[in-house]
Amino acid sequence: MLAALRCVIRRDLLLAARRSSDVLTVLLFFVIVVSLFPLGVGPDAGLLRTIAPGVIWVAALLASMLALQRMFASDHADGTLEQMLLGATPLGMTVAAKVFAHWVISGLPLVLISPVLALQFDFPQEFLGVLALSLALGTPVLSLIGAIGAALTLGLRGGGALLSLLVLPLYVPVLIIGAGAAEAAVSGLGGHAQLLLLGALLVFAVAFAPWAAAVALRISTE
Amino acid sequence: MNWFKYSSPQTFFPLAGKLALWFGVLAAIACTAGLYLGFFVAPTDAQQGEAYRIIFIHVPAAWMSMFLYLVMAFWAGLGLAFNTRLSGMMASAIAPTGALFTFIALWTGSLWGKPTWGTWWVWDARLTSELILLFLYFGFLALQAAIDDPRRADKAGAVLALVGVVNIPIIYFSVKWWNTLHQGASVSLTKAPTMAATMLTGMAVMAFGFWFYSIAASLMRARCIMLERERASDWAADYARGSA
Repeated sequence: MLAALRCVIRRDLLLAARRSSDVLTVLLFFVIVVSLFPLGVGPDAGLLRTIAPGVIWVAALLASMLALQRMFASDHADGTLEQMLLGATPLGMTVAAKVFAHWVISGLPLVLISPVLALQFDFPQEFLGVLALSLALGTPVLSLIGAIGAALTLGLRGGGALLSLLVLPLYVPVLIIGAGAAEAAVSGLGGHAQLLLLGALLVFAVAFAPWAAAVALRISTE
Repeated sequence: MNWFKYSSPQTFFPLAGKLALWFGVLAAIACTAGLYLGFFVAPTDAQQGEAYRIIFIHVPAAWMSMFLYLVMAFWAGLGLAFNTRLSGMMASAIAPTGALFTFIALWTGSLWGKPTWGTWWVWDARLTSELILLFLYFGFLALQAAIDDPRRADKAGAVLALVGVVNIPIIYFSVKWWNTLHQGASVSLTKAPTMAATMLTGMAVMAFGFWFYSIAASLMRARCIMLERERASDWAADYARGSA
């Protein structure tokens, strides 16, 4: 079974590497959205420092959502998904592997570039690590919850806008706790509580979300 | 008595009609009594004056908004687990009423907030989680509206409703902690510890009124859904001919 999972992950990463523009589009979207905020609210350094974690987190949410639609769509279009549904590997595991690959493609780049963007907001350097760590723990949760929404809206008209309506309310806890981590660190409270909560959410989502997404996939393709 | 008798649309349709009528009458009585108690019998509040009287609509609506989501998720889960036809119809029949009460709770809350707190909206934990509950209802309705095949719509909606139910406590507590981190208790939702007995009675009667209304409205909507989905069957055709 592990060989099958490795195969799924390798395949998705290879496909993404062959079409690297898809990966770059999401990353650029993230960078542009974050850069728009100073233009919107003004260049006051104090204000920017305060809103930096929130802005970066909201942009990460939107970028992750933008990438979601592609999680199952191409596999659905060329019939690969049906083979996966029929395959001997438990569908939940296959979905977990696909989500992992999706996170490496769409979530990890955001985590890596977030410190640079935070510097644009004059965010204190000693807390960049907390911000990146919160994103590293939070973006997989976004991918996992998003997988349920992506599976439910598979092949529906108006998929993108519908997907955001389904998934964004479910993202709220991750946003609150994730953005709270860096803010708590800056205010001197230390972000440990929030990071632990994010870890708990991640464990919870890893355990249940692939299973729910698998159920949703079966419903969407029957 | 065989309860499964009413698990088919054909037998449930007439029963739902009768139940909807009776619960509608009960709702009208309870709401009239509750509003009378609330607006004429209950004493004026010492701190908030007359403005507090919106509580008789606001609090029961907020209760119903949360309760109906649970009921909806219950039917949805039942439909997903046992593949029963009516359960999915009930879930989709309850959703608009739930969304309506959530909206009423938010709307009256903001009307209440202006005279007492001096603002239409605060990012208080309860207000925020109620707003997110409204979004969850909208998501459910939008997903069902986007899917043409009713069976798939039921099942997809069921998965979403169940995921939402698991999320609601997480959302509530995260919002609560976020709120305590961000702002001091400049505005508190906690009411005076003691409440006049008539106020409590009025609120309880209104809650029953809203409850009966929800049952009546959901059953009426379920009847429409049944007719629409079973339009190919004989009983639906007979009904349509009889009433036309």
